[in-house]
Amino acid sequence: MDINTIVLAASILGVMGLLFGTGLALASKKFAVEIDPRVAAVREAVPGANCGACGYPGCDGFSQAVVKGIAPVNGCPVGGADCAQKIAQIMGTEAGSSVKQVARVKCEGHEENCGNRYDYDGVTSCVAANMLNGGPKMCTYGCMGLGSCVEVCQFDAIFINEKGIAEVDPEKCTACNKCVEICPKNVISLVPYDQLTIVACNNYDKGGHVKKNCNVACIACGICERNCPHDAIHVINNLAQIDYDKCTNCMICVEKCPTKAIQGDLTLRTVETA
Amino acid sequence: MENASIFVIMVSAILVNNFVLSRFLGICPFLGVSKQVETAFGMGMAVTFVMTMAGTLTYFVHHYILVKAGLEFLQTAAFILVIASLVQFVEIVLQKLSPTLYQALGVFLPLITTNCAVLGLALLNIQYEFGLIQTIAHSFFAAVGFSLAIVLFAGIREKLETSDVPLPFKGFPIALISASLMSIAFLGFTGLV
Repeated sequence: MDINTIVLAASILGVMGLLFGTGLALASKKFAVEIDPRVAAVREAVPGANCGACGYPGCDGFSQAVVKGIAPVNGCPVGGADCAQKIAQIMGTEAGSSVKQVARVKCEGHEENCGNRYDYDGVTSCVAANMLNGGPKMCTYGCMGLGSCVEVCQFDAIFINEKGIAEVDPEKCTACNKCVEICPKNVISLVPYDQLTIVACNNYDKGGHVKKNCNVACIACGICERNCPHDAIHVINNLAQIDYDKCTNCMICVEKCPTKAIQGDLTLRTVETA
Repeated sequence: MENASIFVIMVSAILVNNFVLSRFLGICPFLGVSKQVETAFGMGMAVTFVMTMAGTLTYFVHHYILVKAGLEFLQTAAFILVIASLVQFVEIVLQKLSPTLYQALGVFLPLITTNCAVLGLALLNIQYEFGLIQTIAHSFFAAVGFSLAIVLFAGIREKLETSDVPLPFKGFPIALISASLMSIAFLGFTGLV
């Protein structure tokens, strides 16, 4: 190949590139669109995990929605109050209160409390185990401890404890809802961070049947409902459920529960002043 | 193929040698932007525009610049340059004129730049030794074939959203299986031209 070809090739491509470049530069001037600088600022303020917990496609989508006023400034559950504060500053509004939520596993049915119906020897996945007649546990509502939730957690906040039940580290949990969605038993749910009293049972069956399968199950006796001074706990569909807005963490229900299905650390209870 | 009539080119480009389903070009946008019929249609239109323009422009670039200068070996580089500039131009114009479509296409618009369907088309036009009219027709109808495939596929995927698919197959796996079945179906057109 002689030198002329190389020079010719380079110059032709160069001229073409220059021509197209100039054309594009002119076009971008003529068709310029103003982009709101706040979008970029909000994008900087959010954690950038792109987890989609806010309901928008990634952090970019959320930033645009915030600037447009569609999404609330505290719409990022991962960033929490800090992040909401920053975004509020950018947008020039009040952050408002966003109650920090954490995922909680509503089951205490580990091996001592709830036995197995059969030996499961398959893939280590709750989703797979659940397909085999609802999993190996005696109780078909409880945590199987095979860790499908651990796998989806991006924040290392959920783990299988030594008893074989999933447990959430409330400090690390960002309420991104991933574990809630994957759990085939729907045994994980989002609970306010400050909530100390939890009904650790997910069994909707009738009392007698439940009692046979698990020692710490809610048997829907209604004692908690009758003893609650704040009308905050009700037995709905054979399962006690706490209204977190009304609950004051007085933990009377924790004391009264005959099967210890309601969890709460009695040392942390709020003392009632009559 | 030099003397193929427009009609033959049309049937060939849309059905028999469909760019996506039988040449397997442009799979990336085919899978990426086919979740909704509406955006798929928008993508189809954008690709149609880019492909027709790119096919025509590359014809001139090839015959009046590269051949004249004896630099046919620069084909790929020169065509990429033309296509990239064209896509950039479409992006700029689209952002101004139709922000909705611009947002719907998202990252896939810049990706047309590296869409092998566009480059493949430009190279095929030259390989088949098409004239100008044939080149324009082939470019346009190849893009129509792409749009047809992507819109049909988006229709199927919309149905898939609501159907009871086993968990391990949800999302891309079942989409790929459907795509392969579509490809087999399009195989039935072989021999038409």
